[in-house]
Amino acid sequence: MGFSCGNVRTRGYSLWRLLKAASRGNRDWGPAWRDARPKSGYEVAIIGGGGHGLAAAYYLAKKHGIRNVAVLERGWIGGGNSGRNTQVVRSNYFYPASSSFYDHSLKLYEGLGRELNFNVMLSQRGVLNLGHSEHEMELLRRWCNAIRMNGIDSELVNREEIKGLAPPLNLDGRYPVLGGFIQRRAGICRHDAVVWGYARAASALGVHIVQNCEVTGFKISGDHVRGVETSLGSIAANKVVMSVAGYSSELARLAGLTLPITTMALQAMVTEPVKPALNTMVISGLVHAYVSQSDRGEIVIGGGADVYNSYAQRGGFPQIRDVVRAVVELFPSFSRLKLMRQWAGRVDITPDTSPLMGLTPIEGLFINCGWGTGGFKAIPAGGHTMAHTVATGTAHPLIAGFALDRFRTGALIDEGAAAGVAH
Amino acid sequence: MLRILCPYCGTRDEPEFIFGGPSDIARPKPDANDAAWTSYLFNRKNPAGTHLERWLHLHGCGRWFNVARDTVTHEILQTFPVGLRLADSIKA
Repeated sequence: MGFSCGNVRTRGYSLWRLLKAASRGNRDWGPAWRDARPKSGYEVAIIGGGGHGLAAAYYLAKKHGIRNVAVLERGWIGGGNSGRNTQVVRSNYFYPASSSFYDHSLKLYEGLGRELNFNVMLSQRGVLNLGHSEHEMELLRRWCNAIRMNGIDSELVNREEIKGLAPPLNLDGRYPVLGGFIQRRAGICRHDAVVWGYARAASALGVHIVQNCEVTGFKISGDHVRGVETSLGSIAANKVVMSVAGYSSELARLAGLTLPITTMALQAMVTEPVKPALNTMVISGLVHAYVSQSDRGEIVIGGGADVYNSYAQRGGFPQIRDVVRAVVELFPSFSRLKLMRQWAGRVDITPDTSPLMGLTPIEGLFINCGWGTGGFKAIPAGGHTMAHTVATGTAHPLIAGFALDRFRTGALIDEGAAAGVAH
Repeated sequence: MLRILCPYCGTRDEPEFIFGGPSDIARPKPDANDAAWTSYLFNRKNPAGTHLERWLHLHGCGRWFNVARDTVTHEILQTFPVGLRLADSIKA
């Protein structure tokens, strides 16, 4: 693999190149992707340089041959929710529309390192959902069976199996663990690598990645979008994709659209690094916490959102306290660990907690948002289906059900109610 | 941690309260069209800035009241009982 674009030559990463570079003291690693200045016009302008925007640009160039594409990022790529999540990838959803979409995403993740020639450090260590009462176990059985009916791996596990899967877990705490289910293909994946892998591969195909470029308005004539106004000047484009997660309402307002989105803060935190103790991702819907251990050894902790409108990218202490309380109840030995960092992302939550994907009432303007608290796992499929939608002008079959129009017709996909927390 | 001024009880900590969503939406007439109902039921202004919202003092007086709050700084600009008007100085 070797190709050039503009002034940056992107060479394939390989063991051979690693050894060669090491022998020269690692002095000649060039930039992985080109930080471009914007042209006056593109065939497609994608607003938002997160995983979804960069993946859409990559698949437009790779699968549809549309390389005259710009990704416009207000800050730096991967600086929003793509760099603020807890790296979970899984496809254990309830409804067929969600299952087929998220399993497509997981399958793309399974081949992503090879596809992008970039190690995304996918670790399919399994995601274990805990049940704390007979009633919850009934619901987990129903959920687990629905996943299997949708053709996706999922299996019920009993207390003995859970002891083996997560040795530090306390099964007899305030809310005893009666059982659970696991999706073994699920796991975690290095989030920054996903962003940089897509950026590098898209850049090599000719996509312009423009940072520090804020979109301040849309050029719309009649019912058709003609481009965007930005802090770096006017950029013409007959096709524009909005892919800005928690900022979607503010951006859509510039185009005269009101969205069914509420923006809230979702926090996560990590402890100091410790030796390997937990090889499975553990989720408890009842006490609302999820826990995994990163490759660096930190215990990565997440929970519920701070439930009020917020664009602050920081969470409140009451939510930290609730989440940490739940985690030390589940894993008493973690109570000795110090929390090292805490952060929050702006999550865009829809009324049915399913995404908003596809066309808008404005011709040529596309939307990719509404991922709420679970957009990371959707990056490959979100980019793949959005590229198809932009290239063909019709929604990809996998996202047809996620259209904006469902709130008028009433055909909601209520995953929040069906599959509990942590989307 | 938000510190919220309940109009009935005084300033208390956030965990005593429950957020109740936006307060400046009006229910359409029963014969309104689908677009009006969609807008009322689902579409939200969701501003980065001043947001008019309702809170319930659940673990206190148990009463609903209105709040004007900045969603970027989290500063609470005004709290007032349901039925009273927002101060003219606050733009939302």
